Amino acid sequence: MSKKNETPELLVSRKYVRQSQIRIILHNLRKNKGAMIGLAIITLLVLVSCFADVLFDYDTEIAGLNISEKLIRPCKEHLFGTDDLGRDIFKRVLYGARYSLGVGFAATMIGMAIGVVFGAIAGYYCGLAEDIIMRLNDILSAVPSILMGIVIVSALGASTFNLMLAIGITSVPQFVRITRAAVLSVRNQEYVEALKATGMSEARIIAFHIIPNCMSPIIVQITLRIASAIIATSSLSFLGLGVPVPAPEWGSMLNLGRSYVRTASYLTIFPGIAILITVLAFNLLGDGLRDALDPKLRK
Amino acid sequence: MKKDTEIRKDDIALELKNLRVKFVLERETVEAVNGIDITLKRGHTLGLAGETGAGKTTTALSLLRLVPHPGKVECDSLKVDGKDVLKMTSKELEKFRGSDLAMIFQDPMTSLNPVFTVGQQIADTIMLHNPTTKEDAMKQAEKMLELVGIPAVRAVEYPHQFSGGMKQRVVIAIALACNPGVLIADEPTTALDVTIQAQVLALMKKLRDERGMSMIMITHDLGIIADVCDEVAIMYAGRIVEYGTLKDVFNHTKHPYTEGLFNSLPNIRNRSERLKPIPGLMPDPSNLPKGCAFAPRCRYATEACRTARPADRMVSDTHMVACTAYDDPDFRIDRPEKD
Repeated sequence: MSKKNETPELLVSRKYVRQSQIRIILHNLRKNKGAMIGLAIITLLVLVSCFADVLFDYDTEIAGLNISEKLIRPCKEHLFGTDDLGRDIFKRVLYGARYSLGVGFAATMIGMAIGVVFGAIAGYYCGLAEDIIMRLNDILSAVPSILMGIVIVSALGASTFNLMLAIGITSVPQFVRITRAAVLSVRNQEYVEALKATGMSEARIIAFHIIPNCMSPIIVQITLRIASAIIATSSLSFLGLGVPVPAPEWGSMLNLGRSYVRTASYLTIFPGIAILITVLAFNLLGDGLRDALDPKLRK
Repeated sequence: MKKDTEIRKDDIALELKNLRVKFVLERETVEAVNGIDITLKRGHTLGLAGETGAGKTTTALSLLRLVPHPGKVECDSLKVDGKDVLKMTSKELEKFRGSDLAMIFQDPMTSLNPVFTVGQQIADTIMLHNPTTKEDAMKQAEKMLELVGIPAVRAVEYPHQFSGGMKQRVVIAIALACNPGVLIADEPTTALDVTIQAQVLALMKKLRDERGMSMIMITHDLGIIADVCDEVAIMYAGRIVEYGTLKDVFNHTKHPYTEGLFNSLPNIRNRSERLKPIPGLMPDPSNLPKGCAFAPRCRYATEACRTARPADRMVSDTHMVACTAYDDPDFRIDRPEKD
């Protein structure tokens, strides 16, 4: 506001700036050490996966054979050692981040997109639509997710995209349930009725007014689902149903190192630690976000 | 906007004939509204008064055709600004709501979406009915805020940063944003304290007169009706039992129920006097008595009241009362008439 304006002192001194909700949430998140560590690890992993092709040459360093250097113990040159085909495990673990993160993220997004739409429909239109969606959802969640993933991947064939689809579909039920619960609590609010009275269509009300009010549990669910999607990716790859070899997916690296567990345990230890740290990071961030998004826990 | 600015006082803004609303449940049928006629002239304000559960809000929602499931609305005719609302498709209804007929809801605390700024919410309504850009709509929204006495700079704030009275003003701004011909106010001041209530009512009166708007004021506070309305309809168990100008109903009260309402007000001149409440409770709307719904509580009730529904009787050109007792030309209620 300009100073020559005749507004009384009191009004001038007060800042009429729109308080960004994102800034408030970030501020809360910053106070949570665990969440910040998680965020730092995730940022690092994202950077590594973005620039993996710049850092390493896929054909020679990641997938290329070098039999003369096979099974070297961790040393200065090969921090994590080399595997039975002479490939540097440190480089492969770093490169593998892009598979885990990429598949985990994409699968969660697929699951969220489907789950939020159906959850919102089920929560908003009670009655037959809700019954059908929720019972189908019960059927879907009754099947163990790994089994579901195996079925989908073996039906469609093993490829990275099918893996995303399989894991995405197995995470749909969680999103449906969470969205429905949140929508149920919002749909009877008086402002929804007031919006109808101003002539807004129901589709618009759901998309622009109800779903934004349900975002915080969904956001938290996204971070937590990414973590379990990463585990699912590795599990399916371990079973040979995920990212095809010779891609250095952490799960398939575990599988390759399986036969050397007694003699060269570093083949399995390091990819295992990578999975552990990544999943931990997402869980830490998810926990922190849940607290930061909850207005009751602020201050 | 289509509205011609000249105010034609005698034009009819809203016409409702024989509205019935039923909620059909598995075990019972709740008869919420049983035959209501409303004729509202342009620029006039109608007060709809009655106890909780008399069907006031249901009437208002059926004007917007927003009665929730499983409600069944039947109506002979509903015209707003000459448009036949019953024949509208759902697309036309969406256009109609907000631009021809707007509504203010009872509780300002929950009538605003907590995740958007108030400016956005007013602009949203404007953009819904007018093809404008976002910037223009925001500018208009700020003007609307100024109109209801809130500094325009506060348009960027969220509802939780406003007090209750200010939120109700924002709700009024949203309702008025598209210049509706008729405004329904559903107990707009019930959630507010008396001082703020007076402010909000004064604001609504001012805006109504400036814009030549018609208004339906739903309330159970007879004081508000005396303050704001031109005409009054007293509702009981889903029917209008007395209808007339403010003077007709307040000074020449005819219906025993209206009499009971006035008697249950505290007397300011004799403050130690006991209140005289109407004995009994409103009948169960799923099991209404065959005759007059008020008969079980009425001290003038006769056998005739319990068997047949009273017909609407015009006691003067403007004054309607639905009471069988007036079959006897000498019948008078105890409340003295004033002039």
